[in-house]
Amino acid sequence: MNLNRVDLKQKPELLTLKPANHEINLNLYCCCNQADGPHLQPHLQLHLQPHLLPHLQPHLLPHLLPHLQPHLLPHLQPHLLPHLLPHLQPHLQLHLQLHLQLHLLPHLLPQATSEAGAAKSSDRLPVAQSLTSRGSQLKSHVKEPSAPQTLMKAFMKTPEVGTTANEGSRSSSSSWSPVWSPHSRMSERRFCQEDDCSSLLSRLGSDSPRPRIKYGGMFCNVEGAFENKTLNFESFSPQTQRRRATRSRTEGPDGGDPGRGGAGRTVVFPSGHARENYGRREAGDVLPAQEEQLPPRGKSRPNRTRTGRGGRGDRLIIKGGKIVNDDQSFYADVYVEDGTIRQIGENLIVPPDVKTVDAYGQLVMPGGVDANTNLHTPQKGMNPVDDFYQGTRAALAGGTTTIMDHVLVEPGTSVLAVFDQMKEAAEQRACCDFSLHLDIARWHEGLYEEMETLVKDKGVNSFLFFMAYKDKYQSSDSQLYEAFGVLRDLGAIAQVHAENGDIIDEEQRKVLGLGITGPEGHVLSHPEEVETEAVYRAITVAKQANCPLYITKVMSRSAADVIAKARKKGMVVYGEPITASLATDGSHYWSKDWATAAAFVTSPPLNPDPSTPQYLTSLLACGDLQVTSSAQASFSTAQKAVGKDDFTLIPEGTNGIEERMAVVWDRAVFSGKMDENEFVAVTSTNAAKLFNMYPRKGRIAVGSDADIVVWNPKETRTVSAKTHNLNLEVNILEGMEFRGVPAVVISAGRVVLENGQLNVTEGSGRFVPRKAFPDVVYKRIKARSKMAEARGVPRGSYDGPVHDVSSMTKSVPPTPTTRGPPCPKTQAGLRNLHQSGFTLAGSQIDDHIPRRSAQRIVAPPGGRSNITSLS
Amino acid sequence: MSGISYQGNNGIPHYTGERLLIRGGRVVNDDRSFFGDVYIEDGLIKQVGENLVVPGGVKVIEANGRMVIPGGIDVNTCLMKTYLGTQPVDDFLQGTKAALAGGTTMIIDHVTPEPGGSLLEAFERWQESADKRACCDYSLHVDIPQWNESVKDELEVLVQDKGINSFQVYMAYKDVYQMTDSQLYEAFSFLKQLGAVVLVHAENGDLIFEEQRKILGMGITGPEGHPLSRPEEVEAEAVFRAITLGNRVNCPVYITKVMSKSAADTIAQARRKGSVVFGEPITAGLATDGSHYWSKNWAKAAAYVTSPPLSPDPTTPEHLHTLLASGDLQVVGSSHCAYSLSQKAIGKDDFTLIPEGTNGVEERMGFVWDKAVAMGKMDENQFVAVTSTNAAKIFNLYPRKGRIAVDSDADIVIWDPDIVKTITAKQQQSAAEYNIFEGLECRGGPALVLSQGRVVYEGGKLHIQQGTGRFIPRKPFADYAFQRVKFRNQVNIKQGVTRGVYDGPVHDVAPTPKYITPSPSAKTSPTSHQPPPVRNLHLSNFSLSGMQSETT
Repeated sequence: MNLNRVDLKQKPELLTLKPANHEINLNLYCCCNQADGPHLQPHLQLHLQPHLLPHLQPHLLPHLLPHLQPHLLPHLQPHLLPHLLPHLQPHLQLHLQLHLQLHLLPHLLPQATSEAGAAKSSDRLPVAQSLTSRGSQLKSHVKEPSAPQTLMKAFMKTPEVGTTANEGSRSSSSSWSPVWSPHSRMSERRFCQEDDCSSLLSRLGSDSPRPRIKYGGMFCNVEGAFENKTLNFESFSPQTQRRRATRSRTEGPDGGDPGRGGAGRTVVFPSGHARENYGRREAGDVLPAQEEQLPPRGKSRPNRTRTGRGGRGDRLIIKGGKIVNDDQSFYADVYVEDGTIRQIGENLIVPPDVKTVDAYGQLVMPGGVDANTNLHTPQKGMNPVDDFYQGTRAALAGGTTTIMDHVLVEPGTSVLAVFDQMKEAAEQRACCDFSLHLDIARWHEGLYEEMETLVKDKGVNSFLFFMAYKDKYQSSDSQLYEAFGVLRDLGAIAQVHAENGDIIDEEQRKVLGLGITGPEGHVLSHPEEVETEAVYRAITVAKQANCPLYITKVMSRSAADVIAKARKKGMVVYGEPITASLATDGSHYWSKDWATAAAFVTSPPLNPDPSTPQYLTSLLACGDLQVTSSAQASFSTAQKAVGKDDFTLIPEGTNGIEERMAVVWDRAVFSGKMDENEFVAVTSTNAAKLFNMYPRKGRIAVGSDADIVVWNPKETRTVSAKTHNLNLEVNILEGMEFRGVPAVVISAGRVVLENGQLNVTEGSGRFVPRKAFPDVVYKRIKARSKMAEARGVPRGSYDGPVHDVSSMTKSVPPTPTTRGPPCPKTQAGLRNLHQSGFTLAGSQIDDHIPRRSAQRIVAPPGGRSNITSLS
Repeated sequence: MSGISYQGNNGIPHYTGERLLIRGGRVVNDDRSFFGDVYIEDGLIKQVGENLVVPGGVKVIEANGRMVIPGGIDVNTCLMKTYLGTQPVDDFLQGTKAALAGGTTMIIDHVTPEPGGSLLEAFERWQESADKRACCDYSLHVDIPQWNESVKDELEVLVQDKGINSFQVYMAYKDVYQMTDSQLYEAFSFLKQLGAVVLVHAENGDLIFEEQRKILGMGITGPEGHPLSRPEEVEAEAVFRAITLGNRVNCPVYITKVMSKSAADTIAQARRKGSVVFGEPITAGLATDGSHYWSKNWAKAAAYVTSPPLSPDPTTPEHLHTLLASGDLQVVGSSHCAYSLSQKAIGKDDFTLIPEGTNGVEERMGFVWDKAVAMGKMDENQFVAVTSTNAAKIFNLYPRKGRIAVDSDADIVIWDPDIVKTITAKQQQSAAEYNIFEGLECRGGPALVLSQGRVVYEGGKLHIQQGTGRFIPRKPFADYAFQRVKFRNQVNIKQGVTRGVYDGPVHDVAPTPKYITPSPSAKTSPTSHQPPPVRNLHLSNFSLSGMQSETT
């Protein structure tokens, strides 16, 4: 609802919109022009709700004033006050002042001072006295006896902010309250002049390229974003008892920013004090004598324990960085609170006790999303050595703040149970946010209900199917087709492990038959074509089922080409190269060192063609491939050595979770193939969009999760198993140098990596539920479903001669043609005279004795009869 | 010495000994054209060139500067393909008559054994029938309806003793002929060892099966359901898969019936990458398109039903001709399999029951000329290559067939590029009452056809004798297909890396690593979830085999 260009005079009906419609009201108030003010006035009266106040345009305030009811005042945002005050002045009655929130007082103070008639504002006492006296005057009006003291206390303390900042210059009250500084007046004026341009919110972005407003697009509302943007009033209210966590903080600079030449100033309001005072008032023992003993600001504060959902992160401001999203880059600061990005812009109004992250000369990017990890999936009975804790720790160290792990559902197990089990395991161990894909090892109709539950209630919208691993996990084309159809109806994304399992099986036998048992046999038996063929087939099946398809682990040029071509033909298909395939090639399989060669074993294998990484990077840069992941699955050398005499037994998987972002930066951005925005797209945003976590993940925007990486593009790091954060004792990228290093990593609003130090908390990772029908994927699918309705030709019925077919029954031979394991077919034909319905239920006494299917009588009772001996 | 020879194993005497001289023609082979005379004796070409010394009294045919080309070879006909117990209306007599009338002097027919039936028996039935009825030379492909151990022995016999070097496998017809990838891999490997060419019917049967169910479920029962349930992608996918399999096994793959642009492109690309793969478009695909499936006339629509279906894209024929001209596709077949209207009507309420097959053996060469040579896409030498020579090479008939050269069979066509003919079912040789090319005009056609040195077609009239066709045995390991394969075999030997023995720690593999799920879901598949063993006290191995008296 863009009212930017709507003339309200001509469309008065807009104003009669129901006040209940929060959204409309917001936009209405945010977007209307100055000239519309008078027209709005009567409606304002009608609709003015507390929650709307923060969004009001300053120019509307004069019109607002007549309606400013006392109950609205507590909700006034500090940034409105400068605009409000001149208008407020004549109206500012005592009874109104009382209703103003205490945290607003510092802003009101000069006003109050002037009203008290004390011209010497530097002198604290008279003002205080006047306030106190006013307070006492009011005692009769007000029930709360402590109110004057509170006011007093606030006043007594606040000037110290100024003193701290400006080394005791007494006349510097303007510095802590910059709303009154000449500079800010100027900016205020400028502010007013531009008022009719657009909403206040959009200005938060920057001075530089103005972000576009796209409703339902990338700036679309994050659910709950607007609530979070306002201050959390609940936390201020005396009713809620809150314990506050201990926090170690570094004090941010309070005044203007010297480094920025005063261009960007951060307004600090000491809400902390107000809060403390509130707490005291609540406690009820407020003694004037104690007030003097309050510790001065800047020293250690009483320990507070934080709690609750909202209270997880630090308050942070990331300063001076260049914000890089997938669509644009701009310079701005980012303010983070409660694990959410609250403000972006240059003149941020933030509380004083925020930690400052210095990002000068660096890039502030959304944290990486690794769309493919296997941290908990056992292979051949062995669990990966890096579980959710180690894996996510490494992820964070590399700048990845969200992982999407694969949950393998073995045939015959309950999908839901496995999912719950894994989710629980991950919640206990993971230190970054995670989401889960489900790998369906064997599709059958019965899974439908469970999948429906998963999609609708559990927040899973992607399922992986295997085209490889014959007789184990492999699905036939029919199964894929059915499953894809179901996924389309549920709004989920189909993923496939694309390799032709039948051919691999044959090739493995052949290669083993040649006496090749080392890891080179792996790549010999998994040739490129086999991958390409399966990719082609998967795309064909998905096309027929009209289901979006995501190819995991694109390892070869030709497979990538097939995806690119299919995309050119309009298929909804996505390809995911992995760290290993982008950084190295398959020549290492021929290494003389068995352990090295085995470390590279993954499926599909790394391609022996040394130009593959370059090629995949190019396709990634041009958008033919969309997502980078790591396919992290770490198995130690001892575990890999299970297959020391048979390469088919080597557990498959490589590391890469930590190096992923650096590899892409070094190979693509540094080499000039890709720009920084595309980098963000392929490492984070695209994955978030595809799997419907956007814009919560994958974007630096107000309301998004505070998963942020401060990226240092200049530094270089050499990968080594000695220094990486995994348990794994080898690293397939050993010795490689990559430019681009995460300097600071913020996960859920907490700084987890800084100065090279990892500081993670086990179990702090949250499960990120994902809704069905991601827009990026399903808009096209939906449209096609409508279009694809095939219609028959209406004809008269054929009435000519029909050949007489004697035996119309189709003979169906018992040969199984599905690619999957053969289903036991019911044997028809032979009459089993002994088959009856009589059975014994439950366990029987002789169950432990193994049953024989047939008994050969060697010495029959009555002796042998040998008819041939008669002759 | 015009005598009677007893060629062939049918013992029927026929005249092959005519001495003939074709004079004044332009001999067109696949490599060059030249003016020259051709002298024929005993069904063989004895001399080619100018100023030939020939005995007196030979019959002279004046070619008057027209083209003298090797007779066409139609590599794909199904003249005995039984469908639900009914035979096509064109048997070996009708079919070969039509072939000769169109300038084709040899056909290779598909032996289609029933699933479960013996390949050898079927082959013998086919051969017997053809020997009695065919009026031009023929050879046979054998289709492998299913893959098992016993098939292997039969294949060996067929290749080594019976002169068959090409076998067709199916990737479509789920639950009937379709093979899994594993079976295909085995079959390819085995046939490669035998030196036989693998013909592949390339369509993804699994997907077709699902699509057919879907389309029928939507209430579409007419012939338009046929192309709807067999979309182009399904064909292209299977072609891609077949080529991949062929590459892995390193054996030549021959894709029968390339009907769509994308399938043809897939073949072209694979050839560019060096795969040994051949593609065969058919008459129907080259001359018409699949828009007719939507005809209001059920009979017309049903006549076009063949698999893979004709592509509804009207630019497909042109594209296929272009690829033929450039050599990306090699052979033109006809896939002639004529069912009468009443036979097609078996599927009047269910398109999946319509017997598949179109006519085309008679029109094959004409349309290639009309749409490719007359349009300037292709030269006359390439015309000879795609209609005759390439097929002869791939199936190891060359140079006996497919070339005008000394000692080649005297299967010769005098081609007249100026004949214009309108195709109609009334004038066709085929017994079918409908012709899918009805009303199309075709430039170019045979003026005279020689089969085994005898004039069998002249001036629009056939002079044939039933049973004169000989079975032409073919040897395995055709050079054209297998030479590259042999070299690659030598080069592509995989070698391991010689390493010291790994002596580091080895992880202990737990014997039972499986999840134990507390509550299995209520609905699980019968395949994955075996019921707990219930003891059936009455289940024994005692059974009565065979028919019982009270079965009826």
